[in-house]
This record gives sequence, C-alpha cells and structure tokens, in this order.
Amino acid sequence: MANTGTKGDKVFQAIVFAAALSIILIVAAVIAVMYQSAVPSMERFGIGFLFGREWKPAQEEFGALPFIFGTVTSSVIALILSIPISLGIAIFLVEQAPKKIARPIAFMVELLAAIPSVVYGLWGIFVLAPLIREYIGPFLQASLGFLPLFQGRITGIGMLTAGIILALMITPIITSVVRDVLEAVPHTQREAALALGATKWETTMIVLGNAASGIAGAVVLGLGRAVGETMAVTMVIGNSPQIAASLFEPANTIASLLAANFAEATDEIYMSALIEIGLVLFLVTFMVNAFAKLLIMSVARKTNSAKHA
Amino acid sequence: MRIFKTSGFTSVFALLTLAAVLVACSGQKFGEGSGSGGGTVRLQGTGASFPKPIYDKWVSEFGKIRPNVRIDYQSTGSGAGQKALLSKTSDFGASDDPMTDETMAEAGTPILHIPTVLGAVVLTYNLEGVTQSINLSPQVIADIYLGNIKRWSDERLKTDNPDIQFPDAEILPVYRADSSGTSAVFTDFLTKTNTEWAERVGTNKQPSWITGVGVGAKGNDGVMGQVKQTPNSIGYVELTFAKANNLPAARVKNKAGEFVEASLTSVSEAAAGSVAAMPDDLRAQITNADGKGAYPIASYTYILVYQEQSDEIRGKALADFLFWAVTDGERYVEDLHYAPLPKEVMEKVAVKIDSITGGGKPLRR
Repeated sequence: MANTGTKGDKVFQAIVFAAALSIILIVAAVIAVMYQSAVPSMERFGIGFLFGREWKPAQEEFGALPFIFGTVTSSVIALILSIPISLGIAIFLVEQAPKKIARPIAFMVELLAAIPSVVYGLWGIFVLAPLIREYIGPFLQASLGFLPLFQGRITGIGMLTAGIILALMITPIITSVVRDVLEAVPHTQREAALALGATKWETTMIVLGNAASGIAGAVVLGLGRAVGETMAVTMVIGNSPQIAASLFEPANTIASLLAANFAEATDEIYMSALIEIGLVLFLVTFMVNAFAKLLIMSVARKTNSAKHA
Repeated sequence: MRIFKTSGFTSVFALLTLAAVLVACSGQKFGEGSGSGGGTVRLQGTGASFPKPIYDKWVSEFGKIRPNVRIDYQSTGSGAGQKALLSKTSDFGASDDPMTDETMAEAGTPILHIPTVLGAVVLTYNLEGVTQSINLSPQVIADIYLGNIKRWSDERLKTDNPDIQFPDAEILPVYRADSSGTSAVFTDFLTKTNTEWAERVGTNKQPSWITGVGVGAKGNDGVMGQVKQTPNSIGYVELTFAKANNLPAARVKNKAGEFVEASLTSVSEAAAGSVAAMPDDLRAQITNADGKGAYPIASYTYILVYQEQSDEIRGKALADFLFWAVTDGERYVEDLHYAPLPKEVMEKVAVKIDSITGGGKPLRR
C-alpha cells in the first residue's frame, strides 16, 4: 500500500510540475514571438521608439510616449478613484454589515464584474461624457481650475472620462478579492483586539494591516484590467496620441491603440511597431505592478512595526 | 524529487511538439488543401465592412438560385481583405480602395478589380436649433479638420449658409481613429480640393490628423455616438450608415459649384460623370467628379479576384456569382441604401468578369 502511495505521489507531482512549467513556457513563448516580430521596428527606430511623441503610420513615424503616458495616467486615475471605494465596500461588507445586507450588496458587486466592457463604453459615451461636460467638468474647473489638470475645453471625451470608466470596471474586482482576503483574517484577531479595548476603527486597521499583502494582490489584479482594457477606453478617450496636461483633453492608451488598429495594419513595419508597443505594454504592466507591490509592502511594514512598538 | 529525471520534462516537450505541429498545420493555405468535391462548392470572402450588408444579401439570394454554392463573407476591413487575397487565405478579397501598383505586383499574377456598388461619405453634425441641411465647401471642411476654422460662427460658414443661425460655439471635429476606407475617400476628396490639406495630411486610410484638433472614434458607430452626444461636433460616416440611422447630412459643394445632397442619385451621377475617365483596370477614384448634380465624396467598392483561378470548379462558381451580383443582383442594392453602378460601368464590369480564366480557358463560357 505504501508503495503505490509514493508512486501516485510522484505522478501527481509530475503533473502539477508540468502545469507550473507550462505557464512559464507560455509567457516565454509569447514574449519570444512578439520580440521576433518586433525586431524590424526595433532595428529601425531603436530606443527613440520609447521617447518619440509622434505616431504617424502614414509617414512611418512611430513614437510610443503618448500611449505610455495615456496608459499610466488613466490607470493611476482609476486606482486613485477605485481603491478607497473598493476598500470601503469590502470593509463594510466584512466588518460592519449584517448578513442580510451584505449578501445582496456582494452579489451586486459581482454582477458589475460580469458586464461586458462595450456596455461600459456605451454608458461612458451616452451618460458619463455628458455628465462630465455639463456638471463634473465645470465644477472641477470652477473649484480647481488653477491647476493645469483641469484647464481647457471640456468635451466630455478624454483622459478623465476614461479614468472614471476604468475605476468603475476595476472596483468589483478589487472589492471581491479584498473581501475574501479580509474574511480570511482569523476572527480571533478581531476578538483579541476588541478584548484589549480597541475601537472598531483600531480593530479594522489591525485587520487591514494583516491583510496588506492580499490587498496588494487585489489592487494589482484591478490594475491589470485597467492597463489592458481596450473597448471601453477606445470609446471614451478620444484616441488622440498627445500628451496634454489637462485631464479633459483626448488621449490614447496602448491597449486601445492595439484594439483599433491591429486588424488593419497591413504593412510590415506598421505591424512590427504595433507589436513592439505591445511589448512595451508588458514592460509597463510589469513595472507598475512591481511599484504597487513595493508600495503596499512598505505600508504593511509600517503598520506591523507600529503594532509592535 | 526524482521527477526532474524524466517524466515531467518528457511530457512537457511532447506537448510542445504537438503544439508546434498544430500551429504549422493551421498555416495551410485555404484554397489548396480542401478539395471542391462532394457537389458543394464553398467560397470564402474577406474584406471591407462597408459592403457587408449587400454582400450578405447577394450571398443569400444567390444561394437560392445555386444551392450548391456556399459563400461565406467576413468583414474584417479593406486592408485585411487585400492581405487575405494575397496570402490566398480567401477566394476573393473586398476593399473600398483599389490596390496600389506595388501591392498588385506582390501577387505575381494578375488581379482583377470588380466594382460592385457605390458608396459615399457624408458629414453629419450636432447643431442645436439647426434643422435644415447645412452647406459645406471643400475648403471649409478642410479648414475645420486642419483647425483653421475653430468656431461655428466663422465668416466662411456664414457666407455659404446665409439663412442659418449658427451658435457661437467651438467646433469639435470627430474622425476615424481606426484605419478605414471611409477615411481614405474623405481625405482623397480633401487632397484633391485643398493644397494645404494635400501638404499637411494627404490621402490615407489612417491619416496623421493634426494634433490637438478633434477626437478620434472607432468605426462608423463610434463616430456617430460621439457626434450624437457632443453638441457642436461634426464627423464623417458612410452614406448607408447615415441613412439607416437618420443622421443629418451636409450638402457638399461639387466641382460644378453646386451644393449637393448625398443621395443614391447624386452618387450614381458622380460615377456616371467619370465613366469616360475610367481606366481599363477599373481602378477609379470618383471623388470631386465632374458633372451636374454629382455628389463629390463618392467611391466604388471592389471585389478583388485572381484573373487565373487555380481551381476551375470554384473559379467558375465565383465568376458566376460575381456576374449575377452586378447584373441581376443590382436590384437589391437600393433597398440597402447603396447606389447602383451606372449602366456603362456595369457593361465594363461584365466584360471584366468574363475574362476570369481557369486552366487558361474563360470560365463563364
């Protein structure tokens, strides 16, 4: 009996090892193929590709900077808007809400995650954009108009609209993961904190501190969706490759550029440039993820050391 | 941890090899492998999205006459249609703009251009309180998209529209962000009529728009959505699309100096006006056409086929379909808001289709 047991273990080990290996191979294969196809563009434009500000397929001029800028900025707006709301919902659901209310709210949050992005995009064009043009934009301009961020013409289409749509799209993801993470924190910790006379706020902070790495994971997942979102962004961002200070100005992101142009890129150098900018998207995602992880790790360390002090 | 010795790696490499084989197989050329035996002939078409509704109609009507011919048309865009023909992944390609000489040379064997229907590009706008059609000259259109005319209250707009009370508001031009035959036709018209446009932007499926002027949207529906929801905006879409959605459309000044509304008649007029100038290979641009009543932003859309068909049975089915489409099939055209080919052009096209050969022999005889 013992013999067959070890044999079975080995087979099982081999299978899961192969599964783990396959993900590495898939990523490596994707990068290799993309790199190979991007070579003509890399050879021709060199490092200038990353810093060029002009994207003119007709003139075979390709600069990725406006798209990198657009991708990072729109994702950052989305995170700034989404993180507090998502954390708020999750904390309420786990720490405060009675089960009768928590269930339907949690269900609705998960429902939001199932809406196709084109529906978000349509909602963006027909509801959010007019709202920004008529109310939100003018309000921001009146109160914060001294900042370059909120100057200029408000058409309702542009960076801010894209950021808000993205925030809506990533909120359900972040919320549900954070909720699971908070629920995983042992109940005894809360009881211990409360028994020591901590307030609800203090108890929640301790729970959050212990869940920090899980929350980081949730944020990174949400960020992944924000960075890679195509359709909804294409519909509201204005698709103009420019770097403008104002959030009301149209912009463009890498994913949105790829979605709009990949099918119709017929010449080799154009295709190659699109694939290279896809590689850049890999790189941007990697760096932003790493940065987010570092940030949350440092926060976690601080809360931990504060706790021990 | 003896798994590293054999089993894990072996199975992974076996899997990889299998994947590689699968990838290699999927690269097989479409028309070569699958035979046309068994009575049913299957044809694959790929390309422009603009003629998709009429091609679908033709395919279904032709299927009633010739039930053994099954045609599948996928709208992937003009560029993709040209590519699909060149790589022989499709039996025919469809494109709103004719192939360039260089692209045709890539094929190494003659490619025929078969004009099927006519289309047009219209300018649609969102102007509160303006119910009648506005008049636009090519100069004004170009200046709006170049950023030279910034407000609706501009003098040049007033001169062409003495009866219209324009708002004193900033114009928001909307353009196609994706590569499109619609953009090609639109920019071709402006290139022909405006030297500044020709120098700074030129004709292209995906031109380099002036930075800071207007916003881009994907597809006709994207442009329509943007224009509908933004007051004081202007955009360009296909005529069929504008008709189907009841969008307001501007009258555009033609070569004869008249402001002409885009309609099936005025588009056919543009084609008729340029029949004499049509080259033998039928690759014709009919923007800014001569003739009274001609709408100036019009174009043909084409089906692209190899003159010499590698498979006679499939080639014959294709030639029959094309011939039927441009003759009997033309009666379905107007219901779908396309302008039919003028009679003279139809005759030229029929001759062209008769020149399709298989094994060196004409297939339609």
